[in-house]
Amino acid sequence: MVERILFFALATVAIVSAGGVVFSRNPVRSALLLVLNFFTLALIYFMLSAQFIGALQVIVYAGAIMVLFLFVIMLLNLGSPEAVMQERDLKRPLAYLIGFGILATLVGQAFALLLPMPPQPPSQAGTAKVIGQALFTQWAYPVLLMGVLLTVGVIGSILLARRRVS
Amino acid sequence: MTLADFGWAIARIAIMLGFLLSVLPVVIWLERRALAWFQNRIGPNRLGPFGLLQPMADAVKLFFKEEIVPANADRFIWALAPALSLFPALVAAATIPWGPNRLLTPVADVDIGVLYFLAMSSLAAYGVLLAGWSSNNKYSLLGGLRSSAQVISYELGMGLALATAVLAAGSFRMTTIVEMQAQPLWGVAPFLHNWLIFTPWGLIGGALFFVCMLAETNRAPFDLPEAESELVAGYQTEYSSMKFAAFFMGEYIAILAICGVMTTCFLGGYLAPINWSPIQALGEGGGMWGVLATLTGALMPPLWFIGKLFGLFFSFLWIRATLLRLRYDQLMNLGWRFLIPVGLVNLALLTVYVVAGWVPALIGYAVAIAVYFLVFGVRRPERRTVALLSEAQPYRPKEAQSG
Repeated sequence: MVERILFFALATVAIVSAGGVVFSRNPVRSALLLVLNFFTLALIYFMLSAQFIGALQVIVYAGAIMVLFLFVIMLLNLGSPEAVMQERDLKRPLAYLIGFGILATLVGQAFALLLPMPPQPPSQAGTAKVIGQALFTQWAYPVLLMGVLLTVGVIGSILLARRRVS
Repeated sequence: MTLADFGWAIARIAIMLGFLLSVLPVVIWLERRALAWFQNRIGPNRLGPFGLLQPMADAVKLFFKEEIVPANADRFIWALAPALSLFPALVAAATIPWGPNRLLTPVADVDIGVLYFLAMSSLAAYGVLLAGWSSNNKYSLLGGLRSSAQVISYELGMGLALATAVLAAGSFRMTTIVEMQAQPLWGVAPFLHNWLIFTPWGLIGGALFFVCMLAETNRAPFDLPEAESELVAGYQTEYSSMKFAAFFMGEYIAILAICGVMTTCFLGGYLAPINWSPIQALGEGGGMWGVLATLTGALMPPLWFIGKLFGLFFSFLWIRATLLRLRYDQLMNLGWRFLIPVGLVNLALLTVYVVAGWVPALIGYAVAIAVYFLVFGVRRPERRTVALLSEAQPYRPKEAQSG
């Protein structure tokens, strides 16, 4: 019972903050609401006993990526988003398409939950041990490939940001 | 979860927050007196014995100060920032065990203790960043930007340093990390405890963590975000009254929490350096010695923990009174070009120990040190004479310099 109340409270905060990200006119507030959204998502992960994923959610998304976003927004000092809104190209229809596509999938999944299901045993899938074992035995090659991909990304960004030496 | 569990949980939270908040005036008093002592001054010595009541007087003064809101500030975020800097500091210590009694400590003995601390300390950047931005003041903004860049850079080194403790213990759980250090020293000296700092990987990891922890808490010599000579007071320039006090409290509580993590992961947590348990076992028979053994068994571990905590805090002060502030490029070079590579090599050699035992690991360390000195040589401190005034300004790119 307590868990259900907590879940609905967190879910409400998550949905409201996600809506705020889209509808807020101030880019800094948008970014802050996105941080709040990530944080509540992490709390929901904790409730689902996926502690490891929850902690990584806070460290990577809320702690590192969003700080960089805020950093850039503050440095560029974006004013109102009017200038961005006016440009008409393929981006807007594409964004609508992807957004509504994901929404439809999620709503479909939610309705699928209404069907009667066999009771699920409480899973241990979220602990560091289980995830580590899965990543380094079953999924070892994909993990190595991801490592290569990230290294390429790092080297590429360093090449792009490098000061031209005349 | 039964009612009793709930009650114990509330008790654990109350004890931790009570300790953090009640020790705060002592810590501030210690900082002012110790700095005064280092600088051959007297420091606050009038109010109460040795000036101990001075922080109380300061708190009362801050309460009654007028609060001035900058005219063009973003008011909501401006008011939110001190809270955002206090919150992560208050909750970050929740997984640190300060004694052997599992009912009273830690607040939550979770599977991801170390990651939880990293997550909470990574949230601490927001308070400073938003305070700097919302004040609408160039000094505040520069302070906030410097701070967030610094925290992001040093978080990586801190994670690598903590990873040595995690890998050595085989668990993210902080109580397991402490229990791992309760084994005999190097496996041969049963009367001593095997603190992680006594092993080569622990020594290097602990040193890295110590440097990163100074940078994470924005303390000297990494206190660029609040460099008085350049940025007035950095991100907190526009704050007054209790909002200023909230930043101050957040900073000191974050220092205590991070010292607690260093104590837990590298300095043996609540363990004494000497293993008293055989002597304790002698007293189990009962009578006066039995009472004494129970008392010391229950009281000494927290006292050891607090002693180590204050020792680390004193080393913060010692460094603040001794070292000069780094330049910004020096700070970034130290973080990215020294701490992170050293942390990675240390972690790799620790895996050698875990897989192959201590002989190959020690050979690996010797090889790594030899390679370092062969490649880089014995580096002498850089000496430069500043010929032109323009060269003395570190923030301009090379092309922009004249002459």
